[in-house]
Amino acid sequence: LTVLSKEKTKHFGFGCERREGIISGRFFCYRFVYVVSYETMIHFVLLVSRQGKVRLTKWYSPYAQKERSKVIRELSGVILNRGPKLCNFVEWRGYKVVYKRYASLYFCMCIDQEDNELEVLEIIHHYVEILDRYFGSVCELDLIFNFHKAYYILDELLIAGELQESSKKTVARIISAQDQLVEVAKEEASSISNIIAQATK
Amino acid sequence: MNPFSSGTRLRDMIRAIRACKTAAEERAVVRKECADIRALINEDDPHDRHRNLAKLMFIHMLGYPTHFGQMECLKLIASPGFPEKRIGYLGLMLLLDERQEVLMLVTNSLKQDLNHSNQYVVGLALCALGNICSAEMARDLAPEVERLIQFRDPNIRKKAALCSTRIVRKVPDLAENFVNAAASLLKEKHHGVLITGVQLCYELCLINDEALEYFRKKCTEGVIKTLRDITNSAYQPEYDVAGITDPFLHIRLLRLLRVLGQGDADASDLMTDILAQVATKTESNKNAGNAVLYECVETIMAIEDTSSLRVLAINILGRFLSNRDNNIRYVALNMLMKAITFDDQAVQRHRVTILECVKDPDASIRKRALELVTLLVNENNVTQLTKELIDYLEISDEDFKEDLSAKICFIVEKFSPEKLWYIDQMLKVLCEAGKFVKDDVWHALIVVISNASELHGYTVRALYKAVLIYSEQETLVRVAVWCIGEYGDLLVNNVGMLGIEDPITVTESDAVDVIEDAITRHNSDSTTKAMALVALLKLSSRFPSISERIKDIIVKQKGSILLEMQQRAIEYNSIVDRHKNIRSSLVERMPVLDEATFNVRRAGSFPASASTGAKPSVSLPNGFEKPAVAPLVDLLDLDSDDILAAPSSSGADFLQDLLGVDLGSSSSQSGATQGPKAGTDLLLDILSIGTPSPAQNSASSIDFLSTADINNNTSNALDTLSSPVPPQIATTASTGMFDLLDGLSPSPSKEATNGPAYPSIVAYESSSLKIEFTFSKPPENPQTTNVQATFINLSPNTFTDFIFQAAVPKFLQLHLDPASSNTLPASGNGNITQNLKVTNSQHGKKSLVMRMRIGYKLDGKDVLEEGQVSNFPRGL
Repeated sequence: LTVLSKEKTKHFGFGCERREGIISGRFFCYRFVYVVSYETMIHFVLLVSRQGKVRLTKWYSPYAQKERSKVIRELSGVILNRGPKLCNFVEWRGYKVVYKRYASLYFCMCIDQEDNELEVLEIIHHYVEILDRYFGSVCELDLIFNFHKAYYILDELLIAGELQESSKKTVARIISAQDQLVEVAKEEASSISNIIAQATK
Repeated sequence: MNPFSSGTRLRDMIRAIRACKTAAEERAVVRKECADIRALINEDDPHDRHRNLAKLMFIHMLGYPTHFGQMECLKLIASPGFPEKRIGYLGLMLLLDERQEVLMLVTNSLKQDLNHSNQYVVGLALCALGNICSAEMARDLAPEVERLIQFRDPNIRKKAALCSTRIVRKVPDLAENFVNAAASLLKEKHHGVLITGVQLCYELCLINDEALEYFRKKCTEGVIKTLRDITNSAYQPEYDVAGITDPFLHIRLLRLLRVLGQGDADASDLMTDILAQVATKTESNKNAGNAVLYECVETIMAIEDTSSLRVLAINILGRFLSNRDNNIRYVALNMLMKAITFDDQAVQRHRVTILECVKDPDASIRKRALELVTLLVNENNVTQLTKELIDYLEISDEDFKEDLSAKICFIVEKFSPEKLWYIDQMLKVLCEAGKFVKDDVWHALIVVISNASELHGYTVRALYKAVLIYSEQETLVRVAVWCIGEYGDLLVNNVGMLGIEDPITVTESDAVDVIEDAITRHNSDSTTKAMALVALLKLSSRFPSISERIKDIIVKQKGSILLEMQQRAIEYNSIVDRHKNIRSSLVERMPVLDEATFNVRRAGSFPASASTGAKPSVSLPNGFEKPAVAPLVDLLDLDSDDILAAPSSSGADFLQDLLGVDLGSSSSQSGATQGPKAGTDLLLDILSIGTPSPAQNSASSIDFLSTADINNNTSNALDTLSSPVPPQIATTASTGMFDLLDGLSPSPSKEATNGPAYPSIVAYESSSLKIEFTFSKPPENPQTTNVQATFINLSPNTFTDFIFQAAVPKFLQLHLDPASSNTLPASGNGNITQNLKVTNSQHGKKSLVMRMRIGYKLDGKDVLEEGQVSNFPRGL
């Protein structure tokens, strides 16, 4: 068994498109190119509202566009229908989906059978706290109108489906530094356009 | 915003979309926006680009196609400003994935940005590369990333480290280039860099054995020290989560130790202390602490044997299991499944708690617990556990019953201490969840019942009682109908009472009521109805006093909409009506079904999950599929071995057998050997009662089998003699047989088969030699065709040293049996037969072809003939 758990990440598949057909509990499809496929920890991140509206999706494993919508439909069906006091894990297509509800939003992350579900729960919370700090008590509307900001923050937290930073402060600092850069560029642009506007008056 | 820009702002678009009341409205808004964006893209105005892309991303998130925006991402990435690049990279990651060709175009921009002077631009490029790079890009850009691992800014180092994990996942050959850089990251102080560095090392260890050895030698102590420092560190507000300093780092360090310790006693030894410390000192009242403990337990169980630590780990899991938090209980169940391999006893101690978890309201926990319970069952606790599970089956949710009943059946079959217990438990499952029980499970039950001769009476009475109450459980009804048909007399006469039974009075007409109910109930499926019909035929002989009533029920089925039922009803009616003298011997009890062959066959068909695909499904001329007989055939066809046709059978033998069944049979027990072989078909089942004495064995089995063929061919001969009767059987088979079968035409083929019939062909004909092929298929394997080749000498001289050779293309496999002789008499005065087995790996796509060569001696001269057969019937 120990050997098995070591080998879990060494699935040699051809290409990476997922399809329903189980090879050692995993969904693989064989496509044209021979590619060795190692698993990431988090396959995708999904934010859905209570009404089933998608608020954010981030895919770290390749899923075709059609599959993405199918996955979202299927999962939101499963997760939104679960009762309030149940555990935060759902087994789905040989994977586990860890989800947590914050107000009207469900944060979901899909991981492998062998990964640490409790840690992923902690990562979700970590992300929510950073969002909260950034927006100042974040609400769903913040994430709708500033969805790109939510993505920027996620990109400072996860890369390749792995955790990048455990300090909320560091993430906040890097994000604000980049926002600063954008502001500066914007001001420059508007001052130039003002000059042009005045010149053409 | 930009005063020159046209079109709506992002915020306005989102508002407009949110204001939509219906999906149609939303589509209209999106369509309009997309049209605007396309127009702007065509104008190629750089000012609007980033706003257009932001809009597209939102539209994309709603699930609309946005492929036309892909090139915009590339343009934005190529533009010099940071804001453009930032949104461009975001769009790239959202709208594209690694499989799109467009992605290759971005390689050059990425390369430039990885060398950019602004570290945030480098960060964007690394992030994009880490999230979506393909194998080719990974190869192209690996040197840049490798260099960036040593960059001065920690923000870049950590991003480069994670980007490297993706690169080595995509291209494992590159792993060795990263080993040194990864090792240097382990000495970092910055948590972000450390976390990503540990992750990279872990990944390299999994991918490359040399890397694993390297890290094991050079870094084990360093990693242990880092873990110790972090565990003992004072409160650090920046990294503190519920009293634990950086649980994320904890977990990654433990995970790295796991691969380092696995399979290496020395390394495992080194980490014992720190693992013990983590396992004992970590606070377990919050999720973060439990996450660390969970990882720690996993590491303890993976590394080389340190039994004291394992006790500690099992204790932690025990605590987890009794925790009130559902999440913790869930992971405990998960881990106990792994723990069971090295400490079964310790897990057994928690059996009661685990059983409670099976009854949890949470489906995820139930599922885990059920899997675990299945692993826990052994000979000693099977009775108790089964009782608990069956008790729960009565009250469980409908949607859980399927899983639960499948597991119970599995346990009961595997560990059953005795037959009575097995039958009892299975009956309970059938009563509670008969709808969900798979075919192979109830087939197995019937085989067991058939073998337990001393329990026949008990079983049939128990089933009778059960079916009165649970008549909606389909599989229960089937088993009951089968048993009442077989052992109806035992039911009525209370034969073979066991001490535990209460006597019941069942009249003959009560028993028939049950069957009638099964056959007339509108929601019975065709298998049940077909089984009920057979049961009625059997009962007509067992209960002569009410055979008129039984006949009436059978006659009603003549009007069934199922062709199969009609046909059987006509046949059975005829048996009941006109053949009273042979009826009782026709419908005698089924011979005991052979358990061993059934199990072998079942094991063979398991991967296909006992699918119906294995059954022969004959498509009838009127387009009606033949559903009714297939499951029955499956049930009765417990022996998949083909019985080789000995060419010496004659119709006279057959008739003698058919009519002389009683005379020939010495005792019903001797049928045990014969039964499973002959039990290949429904009609056959009726005919096989006459258990011939061993001396008659070979001839009679063949005869039965030829009737089996008749049965398969009856489909096109409902009440006419429409199909062509081949001469050799028509002349030899007696008219009595036709009478019995009411004008059913016999099939031409003589060999054992119960698959669909195929017409014979003349495979080859020359002036001196004629070769005929007849075909049959074993029902469980559609790829295989049994071909019987018959060689006929048309010349006036005898052929000697006759050799037949055949060759097939690669997608076929050919197996030749020895020929019946090597001398072929002249002028068709006899023939040689030879069996061929062809397996078509492209079944359904390609049809058979065969090339053959025939050599023989004619008057002492060698003659060689060659030919190709391409006129095989379709579908072989």
